[in-house]
Amino acid sequence: MPYAVETRDLTRIFAGKRHWLRKPDPEEVERGVGPTTALGGVTVQIPEGELFGLLGPNGAGKTTLIKILCTLLLPTSGEAFVAGHDVTKDVFPIRQRIGMVSGGETTGYGLLTARENIWMFSQFYGVPSKVAKERIDGLMKVFGLWDRRDAKVRTLSTGQRQKMNMVRGFATDPDILFLDEPTLGLDVNAARIIRDYVMKWLKENKGKTVLLTTHYMAEADEMCDRIAIIDNGKILACDTPENLKRTARMDTTFQLEVDALRNTDGFTAIPGVKNFSSKNDIGKNMTHLTFILDGEAPVADILSRIMSQGSKVHSLQKSEPTLEDVFIRMVGRGFE
Amino acid sequence: MREATVRRADLRFRLGLNLRSVVGRAYPRVIGANREPSWLIFEVFLPLLGIAAYVFIYQAFYQAQAAAICPSPCTPTPAQLLALHQAGQNLNALVATVVLGGTMVAFWLNVLWSMASQLYWEKEIGNLQLYMMAPMNRMALLGGMAIGGMFMTSVRALSTLVAGIVVFGVIFSVANPFLLLAVFFVTLIALYGMGMMFASLYLLWGREAWNLSALMEEPIFFSSGMYFPAGGLFSIPTWGPAVAIAGSIVPATFGLDALRQLTLPGTAPLPLLPPVTELEILLVLAVVFLVLARYTLAYLETLAKREGKLTSRHQ
Repeated sequence: MPYAVETRDLTRIFAGKRHWLRKPDPEEVERGVGPTTALGGVTVQIPEGELFGLLGPNGAGKTTLIKILCTLLLPTSGEAFVAGHDVTKDVFPIRQRIGMVSGGETTGYGLLTARENIWMFSQFYGVPSKVAKERIDGLMKVFGLWDRRDAKVRTLSTGQRQKMNMVRGFATDPDILFLDEPTLGLDVNAARIIRDYVMKWLKENKGKTVLLTTHYMAEADEMCDRIAIIDNGKILACDTPENLKRTARMDTTFQLEVDALRNTDGFTAIPGVKNFSSKNDIGKNMTHLTFILDGEAPVADILSRIMSQGSKVHSLQKSEPTLEDVFIRMVGRGFE
Repeated sequence: MREATVRRADLRFRLGLNLRSVVGRAYPRVIGANREPSWLIFEVFLPLLGIAAYVFIYQAFYQAQAAAICPSPCTPTPAQLLALHQAGQNLNALVATVVLGGTMVAFWLNVLWSMASQLYWEKEIGNLQLYMMAPMNRMALLGGMAIGGMFMTSVRALSTLVAGIVVFGVIFSVANPFLLLAVFFVTLIALYGMGMMFASLYLLWGREAWNLSALMEEPIFFSSGMYFPAGGLFSIPTWGPAVAIAGSIVPATFGLDALRQLTLPGTAPLPLLPPVTELEILLVLAVVFLVLARYTLAYLETLAKREGKLTSRHQ
């Protein structure tokens, strides 16, 4: 099966900020000012026609991987192929076939209209002007941007701007589309329109591939054929959403809402606790806890530990595993 | 189900791709100029103030010279009339020198700030990564910027020239219009080739290169003789010739000198070399800068990709 994207042991190390006159300070290196490993030996294979998700928290290495695949960054070691071409050597055929849309992009020129901006970018891919304009008009209608087609970009709202970016991504008819957090900061409706179109586009166009990075678990779960969970530059698991959740189903997941906890240390020392994550809700002065347990036996110990801090338990719920539970199980923390 | 777009990589396709890219990138500059006419104030009226200052200095010198030739009340003798005529011609040549300098300053500033450093702004607003992942040649991108920028710059240059003739009463006399056009266009090609070469630095350095552009602005005005005849530098002992020779690397120096000689035949003050020789040097500079730009762009793009500076903002 031909792979749209294939990486082998891909590593990217950023040297960090250096001054050419000054030797690196060991303390600075310790604080992370020195070299940072953004990707540490990533191996993935994405067949043509797949909607592949990269799920991970901020700083996991998702964007670094996309930038290498988009020929914007060179790997430190390892290999990466897009549409069968090496990203370090054979960039022209790759660039002809790819597109990228990132969440929160502020690209384009404020003086141009939305339609003109997208047309401009389509010219950099050699799309004949007439074809480009027809495609842009069609896509603007799909994304609900038709009424704003002649509005200057600087007058568009964040959501409209992101829709414009999506139209730009599709207007060049890429074979492989990289979507880097495409629904970041969008309202529910705008995000829904984008998700629906991406899935429809893949279904209706033979051989197209999408690599989606997101830290919205539900988005990945809903859209992706397969998902790779990435953290600290390493792929921790790669499978269909269903299979990933199945691994978590062998465990028991409990969610608790308690008064804000001062100390969450020591929960992992309780026998039967495989992993847990905590999230503070400052507004409500509460802590949300998610536990991955080996059976239900540890619940009593967990509750007594919470109450020993004088904290009250507001709710306790056994839940079906989600992708977030899979992530917590593997990494030992949530996304936030 | 729809079939995928057929991808071509033949020469004809690549040529079309790069031409479309030039047009695409030039478009925002041309359209932007029409949509925000306020640029006319900055590009047409304000530059005239700087030129006027030099013109008034030369006119003041002329007044002093005229008073010395024929003190007031003046009833000139034929010898004094000849001397006054000569002084008038010198004034015209000096004012024309300033006006032509002002015309070429427009192009030099466009190369420095609207092309070379433009990649810095593109990186800041996030466009650079979209440009760099597109299949077009980088020279096409910069070519589009250059052509788009030339639209606004030409308006500034033309308005300076018209103001020179109408307001300051400069008289130009063109003996060889073809050579004049050849010098002008080859100067522009060499100048923009140099700008493309500088642009590659912005892929790697960002804000540091911005400072370099700022550093180059005034010294190059001086060494290229934008507001005075560059040949005058040779009459300054010790450092003068060195500065003039260093300044001649910038195509504006020889271009401007040749334009002055071709529009002020016989009266252009302190010429450097014959115009045809200057055109030949400019042709060499144009080829060298374009070839260098092509390779430095490719080299520095690879270096920027290796160091991760192509996409990082706020360097």
